[in-house]
Amino acid sequence: MTADVRADVVVVGGGPAGLTAAADLARTCRVVVLDREQQAGGIPRHSDHPGYGLRDLRRVLSGPEYARRLVAAAQDAGADVRTGWTVTGWAGERTLEVTSPAGRLTATGGAVVLATGARERARPARLVAGDRPAGVLTTGQLQQLVHLQHRSPGTRAVVVGSELVSWSAVLTLREAGCRTVLMTTDRPYGEAYAGLRMPASAGLRVPLLTRARVARVVGREQVEAVELEEVGTGRRRTVECDVVVFTGGWIPDHELVRLGGLDLDPATLGPRVDPALRTSSDGVFAAGNLVHPVDTADVCALDGRHVAAAVRRWLEAPRQPGAGVELAAEPPLRWVAPSVWRPGEPGPARGRLLLWPEERVLAPVLVAVQGGRQVGRVRLPWPAVPGRVLRVPSSLVSGVRADAGPVRIALG
Amino acid sequence: MSDVLEVDVAVVGGGIVGCAVARELAGRDVSVALVEARGDVGDATSKANTAILHTGFDAVPGSLESRLVARGYALLSAYAEQAGIPVERTGALLVAWDDEQLDALPGLRAKAEKNGYTRTRLVGADEVYARVPALGPGALGGLEVPDESIVCSWTAALAYATEAVHRGAHLLLRHRVSAIEVGLARTLLTTDRGAVSARWVVNAAGMGADVLDRMLGFDRFTVVPRRGELIVFDKLARPLAPTIVLPVPSSLGKGVLVSPTVYGNVMLGPTAEDLDDRSDTSTSEQGLSSLLEKGRRIMPSLLDEEVTTTYAGLRASTEHSDYVVDVDAGMRYVLLGGIRSTGLTASMALAEHVVGLMESAGEPLAERPGLPPVPRMPMIGEAFPRPYADAARIAADPEYGRVVCFCERATAGEIRDALYSTIPPTDLDGLRRRTRALMGRCQGFFCGAEVARLLEDGGR
Repeated sequence: MTADVRADVVVVGGGPAGLTAAADLARTCRVVVLDREQQAGGIPRHSDHPGYGLRDLRRVLSGPEYARRLVAAAQDAGADVRTGWTVTGWAGERTLEVTSPAGRLTATGGAVVLATGARERARPARLVAGDRPAGVLTTGQLQQLVHLQHRSPGTRAVVVGSELVSWSAVLTLREAGCRTVLMTTDRPYGEAYAGLRMPASAGLRVPLLTRARVARVVGREQVEAVELEEVGTGRRRTVECDVVVFTGGWIPDHELVRLGGLDLDPATLGPRVDPALRTSSDGVFAAGNLVHPVDTADVCALDGRHVAAAVRRWLEAPRQPGAGVELAAEPPLRWVAPSVWRPGEPGPARGRLLLWPEERVLAPVLVAVQGGRQVGRVRLPWPAVPGRVLRVPSSLVSGVRADAGPVRIALG
Repeated sequence: MSDVLEVDVAVVGGGIVGCAVARELAGRDVSVALVEARGDVGDATSKANTAILHTGFDAVPGSLESRLVARGYALLSAYAEQAGIPVERTGALLVAWDDEQLDALPGLRAKAEKNGYTRTRLVGADEVYARVPALGPGALGGLEVPDESIVCSWTAALAYATEAVHRGAHLLLRHRVSAIEVGLARTLLTTDRGAVSARWVVNAAGMGADVLDRMLGFDRFTVVPRRGELIVFDKLARPLAPTIVLPVPSSLGKGVLVSPTVYGNVMLGPTAEDLDDRSDTSTSEQGLSSLLEKGRRIMPSLLDEEVTTTYAGLRASTEHSDYVVDVDAGMRYVLLGGIRSTGLTASMALAEHVVGLMESAGEPLAERPGLPPVPRMPMIGEAFPRPYADAARIAADPEYGRVVCFCERATAGEIRDALYSTIPPTDLDGLRRRTRALMGRCQGFFCGAEVARLLEDGGR
């Protein structure tokens, strides 16, 4: 039998956020990272195309290379990265239940950092009707199939969605010799395309069908086609394909948050956190795409660096502050993270509030309103694009008062 | 292909009923072949139902179905404990949402008593909400059925078939019966993979039972595939549904239910729609949206939870209100037709009934001594200890500590065991029914590729 684990900090999830937090914390304390996969590194492990590491490592790497560096950095700093260790629940305060080949045991930390990331909603969660054939994938599944298992997904793909991750799927399909015959989005335009140089520079030419939703999947054994419906007119067309990739539609992997009874943010469906990435539970922190589904890997990594400082402060003086001020996003903004503000305390990671826009706005103006009074206003030089996080200087809420009630953040 | 397998009894159809019959007969003094067109047992109607172990409280009193459901409930309950088939006695609550339904409750209670079930109880609205706080507004009262239970239909079919094989039955998968010829002493069944010669034939062909029956010259019923679509919600929703919430059958039809599942999810459904195509298990846009609309009224907060999966199953409905069960002594032929969704509960009683019918037709079916023990099936029920949480088991074999499917916590050890079991899976769906791998909330986002690899590489 292996003994139960005790450490200063237990990090759950070995992706960019968890590994970066671990690398930072391991310089001064004992850190254990628990990752359920056979290899740590998170989603970048199987996103085999460039575009990683820009903001945190100041270079451009492929996903797998980036993942390897993050793992090495954490281990070099002294973090104990355990793979194949699955956290299944809580056994007590800051104590987790773990299943591993080494046994069924518990892991207890002076602090716990949840960095379990997010996943794409699969076809059933989108309630797409039809048959249940093989060949219906999410980007994550596709990339593992191609990059980790070296299998062929098929020959003709329809990619549903046109976010950043959708183009990642197209790149993977191309590398696997599978042609993307169509990209579809229910929006009036392709979201990320406008703001993204990667597809153009990679020479990707993919027909894009806007204002269309997948009405039905056809094919008993293998996908044969998808039936698309034009939003508004109801006109239908059938597109033959043997692969359908449902991309985006992110949901945080929040099982531990809910099992632990931590406050859940109803908009992100991740844990409610403050600018220091504290959750509602003493000594339990959260970072990365669990908190903001989803931003890029490097932003998650910088979350990890940010949370490390807060964890260190907690370990030195374990005090949980009282209730902060609630931040809430107004449509067409779906969520804001963090959603608890603490006037007088240091700001969020990178000095940015993260918001999820559902409409495209070229030069958005954001306002913060508290108790019927506008307490902040920021005009951004960059656009709000659906499918991508909108990063807003946290000066927007620097005028928020501790005693004046919740704050609404809206487009001005 | 010229080989002819000679047996005493050929059971056609490896669904829950055929498997139960094969198991029962294989324990007696006859040789048995279980002939199944598909690649796995329990792979059609049996795999996609509501998986409720019925008390039979609402059956038609005096019917064969009423009798066999009540008997089957007792038999399967006891067998489940021996074989490790997940069963949870959650009870059920019929909820009345209008006056017509409320007025119908005492009649349902009286009907239950006619069916020999005396433990129902009328409850007021307060108690209904105390029992299921997540119910939507407007419930007026209810009828409690404390012994309605949920069961794993996959493990049940597999346990029967496994025990049948252990008792010496021939399991012929991917053998589709294309012709049947009754001779003086034996009947010859032609399949796409060789022929089977049997003295007796038991027709448990489910959706195809009427076709087989017509091949034998009868014309007594027609199976109409009735599609039932279901939505399965995330495990985190399970506290919302501590019991099976049943609709009150009314002039508007049977309606949909909200039920916990033995895997720890919550299920909403089924729809009921008669189709022409006996193999169409696709979901429909109208079906799913009508379920959501009904679910929103029954349990609004359920709809805030994530959907884990949707599926559709076909029930073998017929023009008859009861099961269509008969024996023809001259042809040495037993028909088990029109066995609808209650067939899961009734399965072992149906098997017992077949023995009675064959004996009454002059076939001695003495029990054989020295039968192998009841197989202990891998436990996939959420309310029972599973390998990932079993410290001693992991210590003895670390493969049970290697979680492959994270959402369902299916381990490499369990996948390996399934692949080396008496009836191994031949595809991902079969593996899912044996281990729960891939049936969780991520639907393969994390583990899909790895599980597929394990299936291909024999679990290593």
